[in-house]
Amino acid sequence: MKIGVITYPGTLDDRDAQRAIRLAGGTPVPLWHDDDDLKKVDAVVLPGGFSYGDYLRCGAIAAKAPATKEVIRLAAKGLPVLGICNGFQVLVESHLLPGGLIRNEKQHFICRDQKLRVENNETAWTSLFEKDQEILIPLKNGEGGYIATDDTLKMLEQENRIAFRYVENNPNGSMNDIAGITNERGNVVGLMPHPEHAVEAGFGPDTPTAMRSGIDGLLFFESVLKMVVNS
Amino acid sequence: MKFFNSKTLEPSGVDTTDNASTEPDKEQPWQELGLKQDEYEEIKNILGRRPTSSELAMYSVMWSEHCSYKSSKIYLRQFGEKVTDEMKKYLMVGMGENAGVVDIGEGLAVTFKVESHNHPSFIEPFQGAATGVGGIVRDILSMGARPIAIMDQLRFGAPNHPDTARVVHGVVDGISFYGNCLGLPNIGGETVFDSVYQGNPLVNALSIGSMKHEDLKLAKASNPGDLVILFGARTGADGIGGVSVLASETFESTGPTKRPAVQVGDPFAEKVLIECCLELFHAGVVAGIQDLGGAGISCATSELASNGGKGMRVQLKNVLLRDESLTPEEILMSESQERMCAVVPKKRLKEFESIVNKWEVEYSVLGDVIDEDRLYINWGHEEIVNVPPRTVAHDGPVYERPVAYPAYQNELNENSSAKLPRAKNATELATQLMQLIATPNQADKSWITAQYDKYVGGNTALSMPDDSGMIRVSEESGLGVALATDANGKYAYLNPYEGARLALAEAYRNVAVTGAVPRAVTNCLNFGSPENPEVMWQFKEATAGLADACLELGIPVTGGNVSFYNQSGDVAIYPTPVVGVLGVIDDVARRIPSGWQDDGNNIYLLGTTYDELDGSAWAKDIHDHLGGQPPKLDLAKEKLLADLLHGASIQGLIESAHDLSEGGLGIAVLEASLRFNVGARIWLGDVLDRDGIDQTTALFSESQTRVLVSVGREDDVKFQALCDARGVPCLRIGVTDATSGLVEIKDIADLKLDDIRQGWSGVMSGLFG
Repeated sequence: MKIGVITYPGTLDDRDAQRAIRLAGGTPVPLWHDDDDLKKVDAVVLPGGFSYGDYLRCGAIAAKAPATKEVIRLAAKGLPVLGICNGFQVLVESHLLPGGLIRNEKQHFICRDQKLRVENNETAWTSLFEKDQEILIPLKNGEGGYIATDDTLKMLEQENRIAFRYVENNPNGSMNDIAGITNERGNVVGLMPHPEHAVEAGFGPDTPTAMRSGIDGLLFFESVLKMVVNS
Repeated sequence: MKFFNSKTLEPSGVDTTDNASTEPDKEQPWQELGLKQDEYEEIKNILGRRPTSSELAMYSVMWSEHCSYKSSKIYLRQFGEKVTDEMKKYLMVGMGENAGVVDIGEGLAVTFKVESHNHPSFIEPFQGAATGVGGIVRDILSMGARPIAIMDQLRFGAPNHPDTARVVHGVVDGISFYGNCLGLPNIGGETVFDSVYQGNPLVNALSIGSMKHEDLKLAKASNPGDLVILFGARTGADGIGGVSVLASETFESTGPTKRPAVQVGDPFAEKVLIECCLELFHAGVVAGIQDLGGAGISCATSELASNGGKGMRVQLKNVLLRDESLTPEEILMSESQERMCAVVPKKRLKEFESIVNKWEVEYSVLGDVIDEDRLYINWGHEEIVNVPPRTVAHDGPVYERPVAYPAYQNELNENSSAKLPRAKNATELATQLMQLIATPNQADKSWITAQYDKYVGGNTALSMPDDSGMIRVSEESGLGVALATDANGKYAYLNPYEGARLALAEAYRNVAVTGAVPRAVTNCLNFGSPENPEVMWQFKEATAGLADACLELGIPVTGGNVSFYNQSGDVAIYPTPVVGVLGVIDDVARRIPSGWQDDGNNIYLLGTTYDELDGSAWAKDIHDHLGGQPPKLDLAKEKLLADLLHGASIQGLIESAHDLSEGGLGIAVLEASLRFNVGARIWLGDVLDRDGIDQTTALFSESQTRVLVSVGREDDVKFQALCDARGVPCLRIGVTDATSGLVEIKDIADLKLDDIRQGWSGVMSGLFG
């Protein structure tokens, strides 16, 4: 199973996403922003970072890259797409997902281990989670406050399109505690926290069992691999 | 390459080497540029004429304290002299290069260095700190390494002073902004508050990079005919500071408006530059590489040529500019960030171009390497620099500045903490402990560290608040490195020789507690004015202490940085020798955390506690006292302790290990409990009896070479036998308790973990929002 990882200038977590795919049993395929050839991958990850230095607006320039345009085209046909952090911002700027992301409420960049609740386990990237399962993965962003119009929020709630919500602590002032959302079809998911940083014991978040042993993020990648195999 | 513009052969008005010969007596602002009379005379002597204004600019900045180490050189030599062959075993590149390189095995090497950006960070905290990170990362990159982590060593003024919040917010934001955007995990550092740093905060930044042995790059231009290429960001008017006096003298007011002296950073440009450089290195198209930092093009060209023992011809008009009105002097001096200078064989130019174009990085060919001991720089058809490169880069002045034993020193050392009242009873002890854990220096620093990305890269095995940062270098084998930095300015003020040794010992111990084996040292020596003989005495003592201690521990200094003139008015900061120790661990899976995690493990105190409260957190923060002598240090015992920790870690006998430092045993017990929110029952009776000390001393003494470890019951016998065999004093002082939610210290207090956490965790956000 080939999962593409796009590198834009300023992308930071591309190697982490590739590692996560490998650990989940897939084959990571590096994709270059300037190339609209997605190399026939079965799914795509838009990783975190500061594409184009966050200039103009986070994700705004990356949304216009040749590779992103191809992602937009193929997403309409059902290609599974996961946008993490800056990748989520790119998905929002590409209008694959609704709403926007603004500066954290407290104005600071924040890096912490964050508890989330899986609200929708019927997407391409969440099918191996239990509904309402609580998971712990790292969060790190400066502009992670999710905003949307009242109508959009209502629509997201009604259509069960909120994929993840922050639990116990809303770290960035996101409306309705939204950490991640999905499109109508469930193939495109975007979230601010970083599943690719919780895939390998020893390098993930602390858990009650042991230091840095959290690997809840692995299920994102295993979910999509399972879906690709089944289809 | 164009050295002559055929259209305009008219004189442009710049000061040329011809002018220098025809107008030998022209007044020059050498004083304003910070040169001394004899230095100016020496330049004339070297050139056989007066310097051009461009040459004057180059010499003045390259002969500055910052670039030439003219006051410190004679002392820094001992880091290269006080070494054995054994110590050099792992040293691939030593002092004098951009950063030292250390062999860590498996064909891999790491390069690491810490550098100061103190003054810019006071003037403009955000950009000062940000560009401090950017600069040190480029140093690491220029060795051919991929930067893999950063750390920061921060010292601010009094927490409640009205100006401190400005500096704290700016500095932390700046590091967060730049480091996070580069995708480098921040794995540790120090934050200290003391009014002595009020007008002169210390912002030191450390970076570490990894590479294969064969990827090592050096900053030299040794093949005549190779091209000299400047690439990265364009050159602008930032950081030209003092050189503006030349511009204003040379030209009427047509030049750019004077920018602030602090450089402005663009981490996005640097991130792209890093990836671009690594691809260039990988393709093998670069014969030599130098980053542009202090002194910009002046430094890069003269150092590359001097290091390679060759010369260079440069056309300054080829420099891509952000501001077309810059004068040649300003271009030479500009400290615009995110620039690199590469030496590229002519036949590899095409490949070079295709890689930089892929990354959309701008470049221009400035000139070429020549087989002549000369650096020629032209401005169009006019020659503005014609100097032997070595005289600019390496043969600057060397001073043996006057040294004087400080007038205050004896009184300071006689003013011991012995006269301070010890706590009268259990309640007072408990109150003092809770007071100490909630002082800004001991309190939770996650308000700062939560602003830094510690996850990016996926190789962070330890970070704050553990005693060292640790990074996996090989994903295949788990081979990694641990890094800790330390400095206790109070100790160094009381006794600079001992203070430097103590800083080394603590960093060494912090590495050892993680299970890693200390291998190499870097340092950033922050001191007051070298023109003050008392400061110079501190510097002399501290460097001797550090060099002697490195020799005794058998780990070499690989490089470092000196920062002088850290003072407000006439008052110097405490001498603050920040010492970084790098350790190697064969598998990061073996690393030991600083806090206990499991219930019912035995807690051991390793080492001996003496009545050593001089210079302690207890003396300063409870009694507002600083005097006496810092704790004694026996490095043979320190080595023994590190060996024991390594052995115990290899055998898997230790569940946690935490170094005892500021605040003593009391603070260490609380920190080890807070780490994973697991309590403990502690008894001090046996320590009091064995070491013949009182309770205040047991809790707060800062005796060295002590570590708090927790050991599973099944490993108890083995662990004790190991300590006995190695002669490391070992005493069981408690047991971990995961259910009580308490830290019970027998005969003193039962402290609720929640209360401790509340006092400890709210301090920074209470002060800084």
